[in-house]
Amino acid sequence: MSDRTEETNVPEIEVRGLYKSFGDNEVLRGIDLEIGQGEVVCVIGPSGSGKSTLLRCVNLLEEPTKGQVFVGGTEVTHPDVDIDEVRRRIGMVFQQFNLFPHLTVTENLTLPQRRVLKRDKAEAAKVAAENLARVGLSEKADAYPSSLSGGQQQRVAIARALAMGPEVMLFDEPTSALDPELVGDVLAVMRRLANEGMTMMVVTHEMTFAREVADRVVFMDGGVIVEDGTPEQVITDPAHERTRHFLSRLLDPAMADVEEGEAPQEQPKGLPN
Amino acid sequence: MLSQGAQYALFVAVVVAFAASADWARLKNQFAQMDLAKQMFPDIITLALKNTVLYTLSGFVFGLVLGMVIALMRLSPVGPYRWVAGIYIEIFRGLPALLIFIFVGVAVPLAFPGTEIPGGTYGKVALALGLVSAAYMAETIRAGIQAVPKGQMEAARSLGFSHARAMVSIIVPQAFRIVIPPLTNELVLLFKDSSLVLFLGVTLEERELAKYGRDLASQTANSTPILVAGLCYLLVTVPLGFVVRRLETKAGEATR
Repeated sequence: MSDRTEETNVPEIEVRGLYKSFGDNEVLRGIDLEIGQGEVVCVIGPSGSGKSTLLRCVNLLEEPTKGQVFVGGTEVTHPDVDIDEVRRRIGMVFQQFNLFPHLTVTENLTLPQRRVLKRDKAEAAKVAAENLARVGLSEKADAYPSSLSGGQQQRVAIARALAMGPEVMLFDEPTSALDPELVGDVLAVMRRLANEGMTMMVVTHEMTFAREVADRVVFMDGGVIVEDGTPEQVITDPAHERTRHFLSRLLDPAMADVEEGEAPQEQPKGLPN
Repeated sequence: MLSQGAQYALFVAVVVAFAASADWARLKNQFAQMDLAKQMFPDIITLALKNTVLYTLSGFVFGLVLGMVIALMRLSPVGPYRWVAGIYIEIFRGLPALLIFIFVGVAVPLAFPGTEIPGGTYGKVALALGLVSAAYMAETIRAGIQAVPKGQMEAARSLGFSHARAMVSIIVPQAFRIVIPPLTNELVLLFKDSSLVLFLGVTLEERELAKYGRDLASQTANSTPILVAGLCYLLVTVPLGFVVRRLETKAGEATR
């Protein structure tokens, strides 16, 4: 990459002065964030805090209203950027998996490699097999997504992103749509990925995962970053009242709701599984 | 309200009253001359039905290609594409198919003297039927594309697919499964609309069911050929309708 200088000193993800509005609704209000190479950062916060929007701005699934985003030294928000080229270096995993239902598991992994990276059939198949093995689903290679459990689908989605050889992985609430007993397998895959040194930005409600795996935890509320530090600083010993309140709600939502006098259904995404 | 039994009784009474009051002898004389009907075979199948099928298929293929292009234009992020596609759909859905046939038969040769539409009558019919059906199929295909969940496009884009490539590789293949039943319905409509070839002026060998039946009816001063032609239409449209219902059931099961 001609525009990527001094690999080791450039943060893998850099967000500067990021604003995002949907109509009159200002969702992000000045976000500054750096994620170093190999760093695992968990973004937590109540629903509507803008954490998913921030993640989606990193690979430009949402177009920021103002501000800059850099990935691997390339300015994603630059008007002349080849966004398709940049996205090849950014893997993304969605809450709803978004596997291609008309393709088998293997085809889900090979089609993007062949169409986007122009790999030949044999190489694409080899990379697909490697990555399916990585998430422990080699035996499902010929299955269709609809025949898999949610946890298996999400692991295939991770393998699909990995097959493109990304430098960064973005996770948008990867376990929120899963039945509780299926969450563990997906988190185990993510944990292994983190240990292998992948740069990861994870929007999640899994506090145990954040505490054990993350290098840093970022707490967002109301479209700003309230707190940014180690898991111990943010989760165990939060400095801000808003963080404390969010965490107490997460640990005992019924109590928090009673205290607040709120209807529980107002923020269903804030409930832990 | 009448009970269900009373409703059936009333229905039967009405049918019987009509049947009893109709002049069956005259009707039979005019519409069901068996020897005349026998004379029509095998020509009505080998010539007329064959031509109807050819006209329908050529129109369908042209309409499908054009409809696909218009659907993608309708969904394009580029404004002018959307407007052109929108205007096309409004015009060609709003005009009777008959007028399109007359336009293609008269205006196109006038406007481009010396140039022949390739394929002769077949080309003209493909053009006229295609122009009409493209407007309907474009709307069907657009609805099919929009029925594919938004996450599919997002997943494809985040893997590095361009918008166009994602459409072709990921979205359209899924959309087509959704739109196969309505497109088959469109095929049935086209099959019937191919009778408008009547207004293009065709040679004896190019006649399709409606024209063939009408010509023979006026030659023999008897309407039996019309009835036989009608039965030939049903021979195709009824099974096709059955196929559509089967496909719809299957599609319904697949989305569950």
